[in-house]
Amino acid sequence: MALKMTDYRTKVFVDWCPGCGDYGILAALQMTLAELQLPHYKVAVFSGIGCHAKMPHFINAYGIHTLHGRTLPFAIGAKLANPELEVIAVGGDGDGLGIGVGHFVNTGRRNIDITYLIHDNGVYGLTKGQASPTLKLGLQTKSLPKPNINDGINPIALALTSGYTFIARGYAYDVRHLKEMIKKGMQHRGLALIVVLQPCPTYNDINTKEWYSGEDRMDPATGKAVSRLYKLEETGYDPVVRGPEEEMSKIVSAFERAREWGDRIPIGVFYQNETLPTYEDRISKRIPHYGQKPPAKQKICKDDGAPTANLAALLEELIVT
Amino acid sequence: MASQDFVWMIGGPQGSGVDSAANIFARACCYGGLHVYGEREYHSNIKGLHSYFHMRISKREVRSRVDFVNLLCTFDAESVVRHVWDVAPKGGIICDEAILNTKIMNIPTLPPPFLAEFQKTAEKKEVEARTVSDLLKDAERTNVRIYAVPYMELLKDIAKQIDEERLSKLTRMINVLSLGISFGLLDFDKAMVKKAVSMVFAKKPRIIVMNMLALDKAYEYVEQEFGGDFGYKLETVQTDEKRILVSGFEAVALGKLLGGCRVQTYYPITPAADESVYLEANEIFDLVQGTSGEEKEGSIVVMQTEDEIAAINMASGAALAGARTATSTSGPGFSLMVEGLGWAGMNEVPVVINYYQRGAPSTGLPTRHGQDDLKFAIHASHGEFPRIVLASGDTEECFYDAIRAFNYAEKYQMPVIHLIDKAIANSTRSCKIFDTSRAKIDRGQLRFQWEKTDRYKRFEFTESGISPRIPLGTPNAVFWNTGNEHDEFGHTSEEPLNRTRMMEKRMRKLELVDREIPIEERVSFFGAPEASVTIVSWGSPKGAILDAMKRLSQEGWKVNFLQIRMVHPFPKEHVSEVLNRAGKRIDVEMNYSGQLASIIREQTGVVMDNYVLKYSGLPMSSDEVYNAIKLILQEKAPKRQVLPHGS
Ligand SMILES: Cc1ncc(C[n+]2csc(CCOP(=O)(O)OP(=O)(O)O)c2C)c(N)n1
Ligand code: SF4
Ligand SMILES: [Mg+2]
Repeated sequence: MALKMTDYRTKVFVDWCPGCGDYGILAALQMTLAELQLPHYKVAVFSGIGCHAKMPHFINAYGIHTLHGRTLPFAIGAKLANPELEVIAVGGDGDGLGIGVGHFVNTGRRNIDITYLIHDNGVYGLTKGQASPTLKLGLQTKSLPKPNINDGINPIALALTSGYTFIARGYAYDVRHLKEMIKKGMQHRGLALIVVLQPCPTYNDINTKEWYSGEDRMDPATGKAVSRLYKLEETGYDPVVRGPEEEMSKIVSAFERAREWGDRIPIGVFYQNETLPTYEDRISKRIPHYGQKPPAKQKICKDDGAPTANLAALLEELIVT
Repeated sequence: MASQDFVWMIGGPQGSGVDSAANIFARACCYGGLHVYGEREYHSNIKGLHSYFHMRISKREVRSRVDFVNLLCTFDAESVVRHVWDVAPKGGIICDEAILNTKIMNIPTLPPPFLAEFQKTAEKKEVEARTVSDLLKDAERTNVRIYAVPYMELLKDIAKQIDEERLSKLTRMINVLSLGISFGLLDFDKAMVKKAVSMVFAKKPRIIVMNMLALDKAYEYVEQEFGGDFGYKLETVQTDEKRILVSGFEAVALGKLLGGCRVQTYYPITPAADESVYLEANEIFDLVQGTSGEEKEGSIVVMQTEDEIAAINMASGAALAGARTATSTSGPGFSLMVEGLGWAGMNEVPVVINYYQRGAPSTGLPTRHGQDDLKFAIHASHGEFPRIVLASGDTEECFYDAIRAFNYAEKYQMPVIHLIDKAIANSTRSCKIFDTSRAKIDRGQLRFQWEKTDRYKRFEFTESGISPRIPLGTPNAVFWNTGNEHDEFGHTSEEPLNRTRMMEKRMRKLELVDREIPIEERVSFFGAPEASVTIVSWGSPKGAILDAMKRLSQEGWKVNFLQIRMVHPFPKEHVSEVLNRAGKRIDVEMNYSGQLASIIREQTGVVMDNYVLKYSGLPMSSDEVYNAIKLILQEKAPKRQVLPHGS
């Protein structure tokens, strides 16, 4: 029987604030799992700490709610041990780009085949709205006593320089488009990042749903709001690297698009490069049986508990009599 | 001094081949049927600062260092200055003729505190020592033989022999040359030395050829210049025992492979990193044939992470997926791991941490020894959760404990910290080959299948506190984990009743550990049941204590020794019983405050009578332990003795 989106729900009460962008992200992820018909047990969703990090509890799949900023190391550990797992890591902007940014950058060096979603709401939601690392200089969201004295990180640009091989941005209230982004990310061979613009109606009173949809910018001709968001794919933008010679030019154009903000904010796929070996490929090159017998699938003992490892050859190197 | 033992020390600047010379020396001795215990000392530096290897050789098994040296073999002036006074009467010093006129005060790598101390000692000894030569002349007066060798001249001869013009290439051979001089003086079987050279440089045939020439040259030179001069001879003996020459970190690594470790994460730190590097070099290994069908090879994935925070959490991730997983670190790294440790405790993750202590706090003494972290290992993290802390006392224990750590972790579903220290990690020792047939793997309540009929509860309340465990990816089930307090499924719950039950479920496991694990796995006891003094210790002082006890008992003293190998949960009933029937109770450990003694007091109410402590960064020698215990036996000792030996 085909799996439906509702099959990926749990009975746990969803306790985000009304109107929180996280609802859209949750729905998009559940839709993706249904569309890909992934059995529950094959999926492992990891999260950090923050409002975003409650996600795994709402998804009917293996769910590991970890520590603030540490979702990537946990997710990587599981994927390394069992590459058959479909691993999705969920992080906050404070979580992944503040306290955990070292992991963000270093994960880029590994091109491990997991999908990483960052909920970018410009604030530390769960600790009541302090500035997050993506909040721009000088902005003063609701609970800030003073305007932001730090400038914001650009996660797309940071991912580009860190080596991510799939980089996209979605919008929490465009669930269908976001689902496409997540699906593409999961289908990508290698490390995929999807930054999700996530309005936090409770604490971010600047980058609101109304702001993204441009309700302050009415088109006099149509009388409709002119959204600040536009879709890269609708402009003929081509993010795909097809060979090493294309790499630099695609990175440069992705970087240019990543710099856009304010009146025109791109969503869609910025960059994709499947020509590079994944971390799993690199391990397999050193350990040829890794694909069939990754760490979690190795038989380490016989039924009577006797270890399967044979140390004779290693001990031989140490024998001196 | 144990008279049947011989001590050879080799010293020189880091990067000049002290380690490989020591390795060859140890191997050659072992090939000759002798036992060795070699202790490596080095600075936190790559090239230029002083390092040495202290090698004790004996016909019987040796497990500690002593305070004297019989033959000091040096490449540079500093090594002579630092160790000249360690050389026992009738001993010898090998040095480079070229350094004789070096002015001691002009040796740039000797630090001011050392020079100040040196001056004081020189005054006390009434030695007027401006140059190295002055020092050596004084040593000769105490019956020490001096062998000044023109290393450069000998190298030039060799260069001619092999048509190698670049002498600088050959200076790398000074270590083997001086090694040859040492063995020549000791009249040791040259074939054994050559065999050792061939083994150590097995992958570099040209180096073997050059070093063989250097050896011949050295033996020849000794024959001509010092023939029969040195009082000691090193004779080979016959043995049928199968022995290995092994370092502590190799023992841990081998134990882990046998114990089923298949993922290792680490961030480089001394003295832990050697183990991970060894594992990575041997990431593919053989499997016992006929056991796993057609499979011939197993493997371990070794991951160098961006920091220790990633290392512990990645290890937990891999453990959740069902692989036996460990991470190795030292104090600074463990400090960073603490939050992750708490998460593993909260989520009952069987992760193993091999914790190599070194002098602390902070970066402390990065390459030196210490046992400063006992209490930290037991208490690290906010909150209360069960963990097991083991402490190995020597190389062999490292091997067996490394296996055991995984069994405990999986059986009781909790993090296990395996304490090791620099003195064990960096010492090489000959011992009986490890008995791999003794190893058993017990994965506890781990299952690879789940029946659909029952909704899986990762944290099911059970009488023992242990819930059935399945890896991520197991069909017919899902589960959740969170660092928050959670219900049986693993979903966040702040309900007071659930919280109380969950705390009790987790903590109950510790009682189970305490009940189930046999006392023989938690303590070792040495010596007669009744004695005038009982020593209590943990970790690496074991060897020095046993060697000291041997001498004391030969003199008729009655001493026994309780070694604590599982420091948490603390085997309190047993320790209490032993200590309550003991005479004087002596705490021996390598930290300032007597951490074990304080735990004993907390857990049993027993207050130790005497303390023998050391925190200089150098391991305890059996001589100083012997002296300290003897003073206590003679009732001449202060309550607290701080051991000073070593440079
Ligand atoms: C080590 C540590 N420091 C601080 C906290 C407190 N804390 C909880 S959530 C949070 C911020 C979350 O912000 P973000 O990652 O942006 O997630 P959001 O709530 O916005 O989804 C912080 C700082 C923590 N849990 N752990
Ligand atoms: S605080 Fe913001 S991010 Fe958190 S649940 Fe409420 S709306 Fe969502
Ligand atoms: Mg946030």
